[in-house]
Amino acid sequence: MSRQRFVKESARLEKNLLSLSLGVTALFFILIMRLWYLQIIKAEDYQNLSENNRLRLVPVAAPRGTILDRNGKLMIWNRPSFSVVLFKQDVKDKDLLLGQLIRYLELDREELYEKWSKSRGRAKYYPITIDSGITQDQLEFLEENRLNLPGVDIQMKPVREYADNGTAVHLAGYIGEISEQDLAKEEFSRYNSGDYVGKNGLERVWEKELHGVDGGRLMEVDARGRVLRTVTETVPTIGNSLMLTLDRTIQEQAEQALGSRAGGAVALDVRTGEVLAFASSPLFDPALFAGRIPKKVWDGYLEDVRHPLINKVLTGQYPPGSTFKIITALAGLEEGLIDEHSTVSCNGSYTLGNRTFHCWQRHGHGQVNLKLALKQSCDVYFYNLADRLGVDRIAAYARKYGLGAPTGIALEHEKPGLIPSTAWKEKKYKQKWARGETISVGIGQGYVLATPLQLASMMASVANGGTVYRPYVVKKVVDQEGKVLREFKPEILGNAGVSRRSLELVKSGLQAVVNEPGGTGAAARLAEVMVGGKTGTSQVVKLRTGKGNPYQFRDHALFVAFAPVDKPEIAVAVVVEHGEHGGSAAAPVARAMLRAYFEGKGAIKKPVARQGRYSSNRGRDAVTEDTGDATGD
Amino acid sequence: MPLIDRRLLTNFDWTLLGLTLVIAALGVVNIVSATASYNVPGTAYYLKQFYWILTGLFLVLALSSVDYHLLDDLAIWVYGVVVFLLLVVLVAGKTSMGATRWLHLGFFSIQPSEPMKIVIIIIFARLFSRYPANSTLTIKGMAVPLLIVGLPALLIMKQPDLGTAILVLLIAGSMMLAVGVNPSALMAGVVAAVPVIYVGWSFYLREYQKNRILDFLNPERSRLGSGYHIIQSKIAVGSGGFFGKGYLKGTQTQLRFLPEQHTDFAFSVFSEEWGFLGCFVVLALYLSLVLWGLHIATRCNDRFGSLLAVGVTAMLFWHIVINIGMVIGLFPVVGVPLPFFSYGGTAMVTSMMGVALLLNISMRRFMFSKN
Repeated sequence: MSRQRFVKESARLEKNLLSLSLGVTALFFILIMRLWYLQIIKAEDYQNLSENNRLRLVPVAAPRGTILDRNGKLMIWNRPSFSVVLFKQDVKDKDLLLGQLIRYLELDREELYEKWSKSRGRAKYYPITIDSGITQDQLEFLEENRLNLPGVDIQMKPVREYADNGTAVHLAGYIGEISEQDLAKEEFSRYNSGDYVGKNGLERVWEKELHGVDGGRLMEVDARGRVLRTVTETVPTIGNSLMLTLDRTIQEQAEQALGSRAGGAVALDVRTGEVLAFASSPLFDPALFAGRIPKKVWDGYLEDVRHPLINKVLTGQYPPGSTFKIITALAGLEEGLIDEHSTVSCNGSYTLGNRTFHCWQRHGHGQVNLKLALKQSCDVYFYNLADRLGVDRIAAYARKYGLGAPTGIALEHEKPGLIPSTAWKEKKYKQKWARGETISVGIGQGYVLATPLQLASMMASVANGGTVYRPYVVKKVVDQEGKVLREFKPEILGNAGVSRRSLELVKSGLQAVVNEPGGTGAAARLAEVMVGGKTGTSQVVKLRTGKGNPYQFRDHALFVAFAPVDKPEIAVAVVVEHGEHGGSAAAPVARAMLRAYFEGKGAIKKPVARQGRYSSNRGRDAVTEDTGDATGD
Repeated sequence: MPLIDRRLLTNFDWTLLGLTLVIAALGVVNIVSATASYNVPGTAYYLKQFYWILTGLFLVLALSSVDYHLLDDLAIWVYGVVVFLLLVVLVAGKTSMGATRWLHLGFFSIQPSEPMKIVIIIIFARLFSRYPANSTLTIKGMAVPLLIVGLPALLIMKQPDLGTAILVLLIAGSMMLAVGVNPSALMAGVVAAVPVIYVGWSFYLREYQKNRILDFLNPERSRLGSGYHIIQSKIAVGSGGFFGKGYLKGTQTQLRFLPEQHTDFAFSVFSEEWGFLGCFVVLALYLSLVLWGLHIATRCNDRFGSLLAVGVTAMLFWHIVINIGMVIGLFPVVGVPLPFFSYGGTAMVTSMMGVALLLNISMRRFMFSKN
């Protein structure tokens, strides 16, 4: 039997077994090192991955705070909208799924893939929003095919709903998905891709108050994506509401009166600087910006010569034209160059050296004093005065009224306008100021530029006796329970320091503009309230060849006004781009606004029926026709 | 010959049995957690595993009472029968999930590749025990062993069962190393391996096997195929950290992100819940078991017994290293269970038979030195 065969254990086997033992130990050591690497060095990474595996966040966006007018009327509130989101961890076949989504939701392939890859490094277990504001059909399709689209989920987000499809849209701004650039900023560190954020206007400036605190449910899911339990739940906190200084009625009247024309109209309370109306025309549809904006609509906005997306009140810089004569007149009075009695003879033109400056009235106005010059907007009177004042003195008075610098309203991108001076020209063009240029400045042409907001502010300061207020739009910040969190008070920036007598003289001229026969601003006349105002027509290009001009070469129509003349409350500025004549194009807009203001106060009885109101309007329009000539400067 | 000799009882290797039972007990505890999220009717997995351990223990006692030298005589017969069965499997076996591994023999089914692991140990022990004690294997000397292991290995790979084939080869290789291989023969072996691997890759490996290897090299390749298993397992292990997430609290496990979590990936369940600390303890236990096996081989005065002990230890060792290596992303996913730890009757019986052999050798260590 083999059992009998005895083999003495060799030293070699023993030796080999020893080295095998060492080898075994070494291999175990490698295993231990690997475990050390995974469980200690890389532990945090893997813990994150493990959390990512099991947790899904279903964010619940906080409804934004509403925006109300000064009387508590809702201007902007919320409605639910549906977004399509992706949980990347649950997606089984990326290309198949994205392909399906591209087909059914009509998404852009590149954009979608970019969203997918950009979402790397986002907050853990946070879904990517791939489409917002989907249609009912798309919503139904997704609901039906949910099981075939692993990783896809639908989430409800509140989006903005606008009174009358949007009023004061340029002031309010719109919301949209947060941009990549914003996401990178510190102030948006708590935002996630797909979140709505104010893009401009009040929505952006007041983003912090309006946004609220988003909530969400953190849920635990198993390997198949089935929800097992809710780990934590945070209820969203609704954003705070803004109560504006705006009066919706005046605002609507301004927008209606501007109609489809391009332009801007502002109303200020002369006693506080509160903005009562802030209309830029034409309007755009702010709701479109919350979803994917159709390319056709977007291109339409961009190609429209009326520039619907531009906030003309804040950023539209126009030559103020004859409305600037208010400044020239005040400067003349204060500097003692004119008084109510001094006259200038207007024969239709003013000659300086070899240049001739025409009055808008080619036949001339004859012998004109200050009141008449304002009333009929005689250019020659102001050519003469401007020439005597010189540009720097005019500029000094313009600045006292806040022209040539931003009004400081709490909105982004305000334009400063431009008040030229000799120093300015020297600096900008390295050229000496030419005397002839002063002539143009005297009637608000040449280099002079102002925004409608500046003109309204100037008018307000003239009306209230010289106080320059910082215009403001937000009266109160109110929380959900109606508690006032912040309240804003008028802020005085300075005083123009112009004598009462000078102001009274100019104001009586402005009263004549609107109320006396032959005044250029008759279209702004109100039977019940005394209105003062000034028309303006500003040349867009030097060369003009008459009424048949293409749209872009037509003059801008301007009108500034205040009322009541004896105890002013409201100031208005209106610009109608290429509206041609201040008296006929802009003044009726101002009147509609003033009328709405005084109706609201009860100073003017509201017409009982719409029909009646229109006919009464028409009756007053007849006044405009009476004054025939008074449509230009 | 008496069945139970008193000396056998006094020399009984309690250390080996103790280590085995401690590991098996930890395995049962771990299976409770691994299967806590399962919703399977009938006997719970951990209970079944417990019964398998009892069965294994019974086997251990039964087999220890028979002198292992019986195997020396039976070696050739056993080898012949199992190789024959492997051939039959290929011709008439039952195919499931793309692989033909099972053979139905009326009342029960067997998987002949599993006993081949033990059989190769026995036949090699017999072969090498007859080689001159102090000589090393030369190229010529390796021809016979390579043929002996090559035939069943090819048949198993053909099934295809890559994991078992590799294990059989590794066990055989380890035993040759223990005997000693001539340096030039070793070199030749390495050089020969290159064309063998190439041919194997081109002609023998199935598409899914190639994929598994490629997935291992680049898990991102298929996040949902076997690459998914590697990723999820590494997440489970890594997220366990130093102290682990706590028993029954592993999220990867309880939420079913792990594949095969009560069988091949049982160790990732353990790693997630017990952390580095737990892993260290289990690895220490396994290392002790393996070193103890080598110790048994060393102190055995009988060359056949020594080689038998080396083979069994190699079998356990390679199972441990490949399984844990796979779980922690060092090796590709091959279906190799962790001895005494993974759920499964076949694996438990094979491992217990190995332990029975070791015990048998260990308790008879003094019996022949006196002759």
